[in-house]
Amino acid sequence: MNLQSNDFELFGLTPQFAQDRAAIDARWKDLQREAHPDKFAAQGAAAQRVAMQWSVRINEAYQRLKDPLKRAAYLCELHGAAVNAENNTAMPPEFLMQQMDWREALDDARSLADLDDLGLQVKMAMRDGLSKCEQFMDHQLDYLQAAQQVRALMFVERFERDVQARLDQIDTMERGQ
Amino acid sequence: MALLQISEPGQTPNPHQRRIAVGIDLGTTHSLVASVRHGVAECLPDAQGRVILPSIVRYLEGGGRQIGFEAQAASAHDPENTIASVKRFMGRSVNDVIGREKLPYRFVDHPGMLGLRTVQGEKSPVEVSADILATLRYRAEDTFNDDLYGAVITVPAYFDDAQRQATKDAAKLAGLNVLRLINEPTAAAIAYGLDNASEGVYAIYDLGGGTFDISILRLTKGVFEVLATGGDSALGGDDYDRALADWIMAQAGVRAKTPQDKAIAIIAARACKEELSATHCAACHACIGGENVKFEVVSQQFEKLTAELTQRTMRAVRKTLRDANLDKNDVKGVVMVGGSTRMPQIQRAVADFFGRMPLTNLNPDEVVALGAAIQANQLAGNNAGGDLLLLDVIPLSLGIETMGGLVERIVPRNETIPTAKAQDFTTYKDGQTALALHVVQGERDLVADCRSLARFELRGIPPMAAGAARIRVTFTVDADGLLSASAREQLSGVEARIDVKPSYGLGDEQIANMLQDSFTKADVDMKARALVEARVDAERMALATQSALDADGDLLADLDRAGIDRLMVAVHVASLLEDPARIEAATQALAKGTEAFAAMRMNRGIQKALAGKNIATV
Repeated sequence: MNLQSNDFELFGLTPQFAQDRAAIDARWKDLQREAHPDKFAAQGAAAQRVAMQWSVRINEAYQRLKDPLKRAAYLCELHGAAVNAENNTAMPPEFLMQQMDWREALDDARSLADLDDLGLQVKMAMRDGLSKCEQFMDHQLDYLQAAQQVRALMFVERFERDVQARLDQIDTMERGQ
Repeated sequence: MALLQISEPGQTPNPHQRRIAVGIDLGTTHSLVASVRHGVAECLPDAQGRVILPSIVRYLEGGGRQIGFEAQAASAHDPENTIASVKRFMGRSVNDVIGREKLPYRFVDHPGMLGLRTVQGEKSPVEVSADILATLRYRAEDTFNDDLYGAVITVPAYFDDAQRQATKDAAKLAGLNVLRLINEPTAAAIAYGLDNASEGVYAIYDLGGGTFDISILRLTKGVFEVLATGGDSALGGDDYDRALADWIMAQAGVRAKTPQDKAIAIIAARACKEELSATHCAACHACIGGENVKFEVVSQQFEKLTAELTQRTMRAVRKTLRDANLDKNDVKGVVMVGGSTRMPQIQRAVADFFGRMPLTNLNPDEVVALGAAIQANQLAGNNAGGDLLLLDVIPLSLGIETMGGLVERIVPRNETIPTAKAQDFTTYKDGQTALALHVVQGERDLVADCRSLARFELRGIPPMAAGAARIRVTFTVDADGLLSASAREQLSGVEARIDVKPSYGLGDEQIANMLQDSFTKADVDMKARALVEARVDAERMALATQSALDADGDLLADLDRAGIDRLMVAVHVASLLEDPARIEAATQALAKGTEAFAAMRMNRGIQKALAGKNIATV
């Protein structure tokens, strides 16, 4: 156990996609209870620095482990199937068609209700995609397929963020200045 | 002069000595100091028994200052030299101050932080804040008849890096050892949560004099985890006062011609507002612009003309819930913080939205200081068995400027701190040997719409083809929410780093000078003070090391243990000398010499947690 241990080792978890979120949260808090700089506030600068390093490392691992998509990408990487999203944007045509439909629906959305519907569709797509990830990684041990799935889901995630941004915008307009 | 007690290695001089630690709520309209005494947090009163200190400083002609109620009494007839709501100016330039034309002050524009011209020359908001903090520090020292070990200072959750840094500088300037900056809503949650033994998701709605914060927290077994935070660092009760003042003047057909008129109008409006929290109708009397204004304001009128302000807070509430990925029904309780939440229209808006009555069983003026005191007590090590842990977040995203004035986000908002994030960049020209980095904070995509925090340069990159260099930019945000940035070219190892500070805060040297100028009480020799401080630091370090050795000394090989013992003795011996520099050197040597030991102790702690033997549950 050291700062170079991988996220799963650090959190004492089996390195697989399927995880219990509540267990990750609980472990995160246990670890921070030990390592957080606040626990060393009265013990000098050296202890503060070490605590800060550990605390940062624990938060970094937590960010990756708690988010299913980040966790999936990390697992692919650990198994030598880098996701490389920025250099690898080839997607199946039906996926691209769906993305275009969504974009259009987002542009046409005028009310919070329109967006709720779209948001639900995107959430479903994300859930389906993640269960495929689990199938590829935990059962078929096919990390190349999983990486392809992760790349597609990264588009879905970005779209989810755009829906959120639009929601904020409409909220501001609807309730008026 | 008391000499430090020297003990045999392995013995602590006074292991159960309590350290005096306080929590300070440095508010826009008023400030408070609190401390844990006999296991209970309480606000410390002044000699007249008042716990509130109006955050107002008046600079008098020919030197001298009035701080608090005295200054408040003078604000109407000497508005230019009586600085109120200085918190709004922390880490801000003149252009950032909305509604400045309605304020009576003489602003001085600076690229970083604005200045205020007074009869005592220009004052930085940091200095004004330091005057308020020093007053509270003296109050605490008088209460305990002892020096303070340290303080936790609260800041609005939505404060950006520049505002936090300015606050920390002010505390240093006031001679305070800052144990931690914590967010006001989080502090309120501590006071509230510990009082009520609550578990679950809570929303903290904090409307102060000049800032609005909304934080969503999850409370589990002593852990306060901030899920999301939002707000507006330039929206508060002051805005309600101004809206009402403008309206009153418009109705009465008078105009404020002088700074005095402006101040009088605002004071009258505030009195009116406060009355309306208790009744439906308030009378307003004031002499503005040589005319006697006298008429009645009905609460409906007041609510109508401030409805947009209230709506702005509710928009932030909705957005923050979305950021936390939660529905309003997930929220188990809403805690109201800040004097402005006494306004009935605020309580109604919050109750309507959440479908439940907000919790107001703690005094909204005191709750932040009380929470800060509880955290200070724990950080000072007075509550060794305490299992309180704060996991707070960064309120605004941090990024750097890239080609075309766009922001590349490096640390997204609402990420738990402390955190470090790295991103790789490259050069865009052949043979480029330097890279200018511009650090910004904010949610917008254009640099122009974000707050500029700092600029630094990475020089000495070996000439390479465009795109060949690999420059890793790392942002580190510490537990106070303060940023430092570094850049490293990976192939050559060339490095540059910056603690984000120079463009907004004051330099360390400037602070040292100010300390000498303003806080030397006439009868205290500066040198004697430095000596006392060096000795206190030395003792602090020696005590910390001793308790670490007591707990985990078995980790050390005999040789290493002997080395540390020698350094401890050197600290004790140096403390007997009259030379602060030598005491500091010995303290530093001990700090350095125990670094590896500290790392070993941390590893042990982590191992324990992983083995499921959490200290808190053993």
